[in-house]
Amino acid sequence: MARTYHGTDYTPPDLIAKVTGKARYAEDWRAEGMIFAKCLLSPMPHCRVRSIDASEALAMDGVHAILTEEDLPEHGPMQETCVTNEPLFEGQAILAVAADSETLCADAIEKIKVDLEPLPFALDPLQSLREGGSNARTDGNSIVREVLEEGGRPQMLVKETKWSDDLFADADRLPMGDPHAEWTFGDLDAGFEAADVVYDVAMYHQNVTHHPLEPRSCMAYWQNGKVYVHPSVQSIPITAGSIAGSIGVAPTDIVLICEYCGGGFGSKIAGTVNIPVSVLLSKMTSRPVMHRITRYEENYMGRARPGFQAQIKVGFRKDGRLVALDLYVVQDNGPYGIQSDMGSAGTVASLSYQPENMRWRGVSVLTNTPPRSAQRAPGGSQVTTLIEPLLDRAAEELGIDRFEMRKINAPDSDSKFNANQGGLTCAYVREAIDKAKELVDWDNAKALSRKREGSKVTGVGVAVSSYTAGNFGFDGLMVMKPSGTLTIHSGVGNLGTHSYSDVSRTAAEVLDMPWENCEVIWGNTAKHLPWTCVQAGSMTTHSMTRAAHAAATQLKEKLQQIAAKDLGGSPSDYTIGGERVYHRSNRSRGMTYGKAADRAIALGGVFDGHEVAEDINPVTKASAAGRAGQGLMGAARDNYERAGSVYSFVIGYAAIELDTDTGDVQVIDYAAVTDCGTVMNPRSLAAQLHGGGVQGMGMALGQKWTFDPQWGVPFTHRFYSARPPSILDVPSVMKAGWVDEPDPHSPVGAKGIGEPPVGAGEAAVVCAIRDALGGHDFNRTPVQPDMILNVIEGRPDHYRPFTTHT
Amino acid sequence: MATIRDMIPEFELFQPQGLDDAVTLLERYGEDAWPLAGGLDSFDWFKDRVKRPRAVIDLGAIEALHGVRSTGDGLEIGALTPLSEVADNAEIRDKYGILAQAAGLVATPQIRNQGTLGGNLCQDTRCWYYRGGWPCYRAGGNICYADTPESMNREHCVFGASRCVAVNPSDTAPALLALDAEMVLQGPGGQRTVAAEDFFIGPAVDITRMTVLRPGELLAAIRLPASWAGASFYFEKVRDRQSWDFALVSVATTMKIEGGSVSDIRLVANSVAPYPMRLREAESQVRGSAVTEAVAQAAGDVAVVDAKPLHQNGFKVPLMRNLVRRALTEAAA
Repeated sequence: MARTYHGTDYTPPDLIAKVTGKARYAEDWRAEGMIFAKCLLSPMPHCRVRSIDASEALAMDGVHAILTEEDLPEHGPMQETCVTNEPLFEGQAILAVAADSETLCADAIEKIKVDLEPLPFALDPLQSLREGGSNARTDGNSIVREVLEEGGRPQMLVKETKWSDDLFADADRLPMGDPHAEWTFGDLDAGFEAADVVYDVAMYHQNVTHHPLEPRSCMAYWQNGKVYVHPSVQSIPITAGSIAGSIGVAPTDIVLICEYCGGGFGSKIAGTVNIPVSVLLSKMTSRPVMHRITRYEENYMGRARPGFQAQIKVGFRKDGRLVALDLYVVQDNGPYGIQSDMGSAGTVASLSYQPENMRWRGVSVLTNTPPRSAQRAPGGSQVTTLIEPLLDRAAEELGIDRFEMRKINAPDSDSKFNANQGGLTCAYVREAIDKAKELVDWDNAKALSRKREGSKVTGVGVAVSSYTAGNFGFDGLMVMKPSGTLTIHSGVGNLGTHSYSDVSRTAAEVLDMPWENCEVIWGNTAKHLPWTCVQAGSMTTHSMTRAAHAAATQLKEKLQQIAAKDLGGSPSDYTIGGERVYHRSNRSRGMTYGKAADRAIALGGVFDGHEVAEDINPVTKASAAGRAGQGLMGAARDNYERAGSVYSFVIGYAAIELDTDTGDVQVIDYAAVTDCGTVMNPRSLAAQLHGGGVQGMGMALGQKWTFDPQWGVPFTHRFYSARPPSILDVPSVMKAGWVDEPDPHSPVGAKGIGEPPVGAGEAAVVCAIRDALGGHDFNRTPVQPDMILNVIEGRPDHYRPFTTHT
Repeated sequence: MATIRDMIPEFELFQPQGLDDAVTLLERYGEDAWPLAGGLDSFDWFKDRVKRPRAVIDLGAIEALHGVRSTGDGLEIGALTPLSEVADNAEIRDKYGILAQAAGLVATPQIRNQGTLGGNLCQDTRCWYYRGGWPCYRAGGNICYADTPESMNREHCVFGASRCVAVNPSDTAPALLALDAEMVLQGPGGQRTVAAEDFFIGPAVDITRMTVLRPGELLAAIRLPASWAGASFYFEKVRDRQSWDFALVSVATTMKIEGGSVSDIRLVANSVAPYPMRLREAESQVRGSAVTEAVAQAAGDVAVVDAKPLHQNGFKVPLMRNLVRRALTEAAA
């Protein structure tokens, strides 16, 4: 399709509000009579509330209400609730108090007498799997998904999983008891038999809190039977449905307003655990309630990436081909629902490296640590960072160039992957690698490898990272107004990526509309938003450009129909251009878009949205009904055909300087090149490539959890101690590039890009450190100065292979 | 141990205009008083509701505590002078560059604008058990949570432990010891001065304090003697993150070289002990000699000979040894 707007930089419609401070984030909202809420957090990692005496607190002037688990709508035993009588991690909320001010809330909470019964706790999955090891929950230590009755849906079940002592005999190997899930393709034994080099390595990847810049504050109030919720969430229409159960309100009675979200990284996909605090306290007090979340609280109420304790056995043929991969992951699941990371790790490994034979196994172990959720490339970033150094090890042993090693094993558009050996819509990884080599001037760049000057040694690293990048079947909604303005209703959440607006440009492209005459409406379910995918899994750009294309195409067809009705001939005789619909043979025989909108209102029915297609989602139908009669409406479901899964790919390149005196590592150069289909917004794409890369560098170099193992409490609960990377930890200038080859299974050709940059940055830096140290593999992340210095000094490390939360 | 965090309890705020008024207020409220400089240390304590003073004495309005002035014998820096001003001051950069460099490596630009030199010197230790409100020795209890076989003590001390294994976190302190600075203290009984080296104390002396400041006493100024102005300097801070992080180990040295030999030297390491640590044995290795690789290496080896690492911080020993070696060779270069 035409590329007037796709592939060009532009000023997104929220920019001025952001730079002037007019943009309102969750805690910027105010409502008349608003009071505040604050939570009491559990002081221990696992306990049971015996009793709560709040009488003294409730007697204080200005204290309005207390919320405890008894006040919540009915919920299942596995459901994480906003307050609980059995905290499963230190920092989980036990109760909330509403009062005139936050200071008063805190003073009141200190007057509440809470009697807690300490319970056994588990921090380390492997310790919990031992006979006699503590369980994180009273009903078990692991979580599985099982189909209980034939034809039924898989249910999440807590189980007790214990492995015999003999499995733990070798502390340097992962104990590998019966897995809870596994799959195999090919013949693993034959694969290893055919391999010329085989590595069998114990690995550890840390847990990492998401820590988006904006904590998950929420304000809520009730009006005319509806609840108005101002949370900080990634997705909009779908969130109203997903939070309904936890607040006991029908989705149609929820008005959700979130025009700006200060990041989520997967921790705010379709709601946050604390939303019910303000909603329910508001109902109890008949006052608007603001619940501001501090950075400290965000550490607990926010989410985290699950850590992996893993054993990876991999075999390569002399020609560099990866012929066998055996991956066993023990996943640190946290205390609640089963996490997808360990499964995604298998999927991503099978895709990125195309092993000829592969087995994946996994066990998800419950721990008394803050809850997990998807974090930007869940499972993908971990497994990429664990496997990429093994490719370098093989490349070195087999005398193969490192980029060449990746090309040898790269997927293409015909590749299969995963247990079911499914296909892709497209993959242009080799093309991306070639672009990356050009961008970083690989011949000269690799000459930096192990170059020493004084105590400084340079290392270079490369990596290939893949992740999901699209879905289908969602709706687009837009109205051409009599004024000639196209109002595009975008259900896409605005978490800083510009995708809420980027996907709207597809409508302008299809309708040949000047962007200045397009108005994007977003971030408020009262403003009639269409059914939209979650802003997660990097699926937005692919999914919602398809939906926008479908709705805009429908609107275009209606323009042609109206022209034919009024001016004679058949719709196909008409085309569009210059904000007019006109006869192909006579440009003057036509009408403006504004005039067509007027005619649509007069005609009614399908033209102005009083009638809509049957196959659109009920959410979109309700929104269309809200806009019916206001102009010419396009409201359509994405029914475009698609075969195969959508994945994007990022090639990362990092150069580091390692100080052998101090163990200090500086990233001195970074470049990322992607295959993410048609480029929508180059400036924003580069920001995603670099931002994700930096997030990965943080995991490579220092961002982590530290828990005291005896007491089960963390120390890394603020930005200072959690140590996400600072601007001085990354190169001031980074390079970006793209293949820009459209996905043939989309009318627009775009794929998502949010996630794969993370693994590229993380793995490239880990590989670069490996390179600088002459091929030393730490097999654990993060790699910090103490570990580096201990290796240089020949000192034993103070971490065992699987030590967690250090 | 989590209860309520990030919510400062109420206190009475005093903003005296004069140093005497501040001292009087501190005396009047005794243990319930808290002197406030830039607030970077104080507000952390208050937010966590671990320290709950009744009266906070904000020293910010006391003119005499601000600014850099020449004295007959060097420079005097008011304790409330922001770190960014210390880092940027032309005279400090010219004559005492090691202090400007150390101040410029504190935390972040925002923190350096708000944080003061006095605050950076008087700040409490950052041991995460102690700061988290755990009832340890330093907090008046009878255990050190950081010194057990399972404790998380990667960032704790390798020297000077005495029940407590916390380290002094200041970046400017080792630079001031190396410059042989003098601390001017103001208390109810008037003014007294102590050498920077004597200003900091370890847990063996008083486990509840990091400095010799008595209750009711304030650090008013820091004096830099002319004797070390323009000497050869070296400062380095190694940290996990290049911004907003305390040192894993820092080293500072001042050196005078005459005729190719070191005529005088002061060498200090921090974040290795509960106090900034003067490395006298290592100094002796160098004094009177030319700084060759071998001499620097020997000095590094001597500096760490009595180190007693905990189970996670053995890396601090080679790190400190290498930094000492590097400091000597670089300062002499």
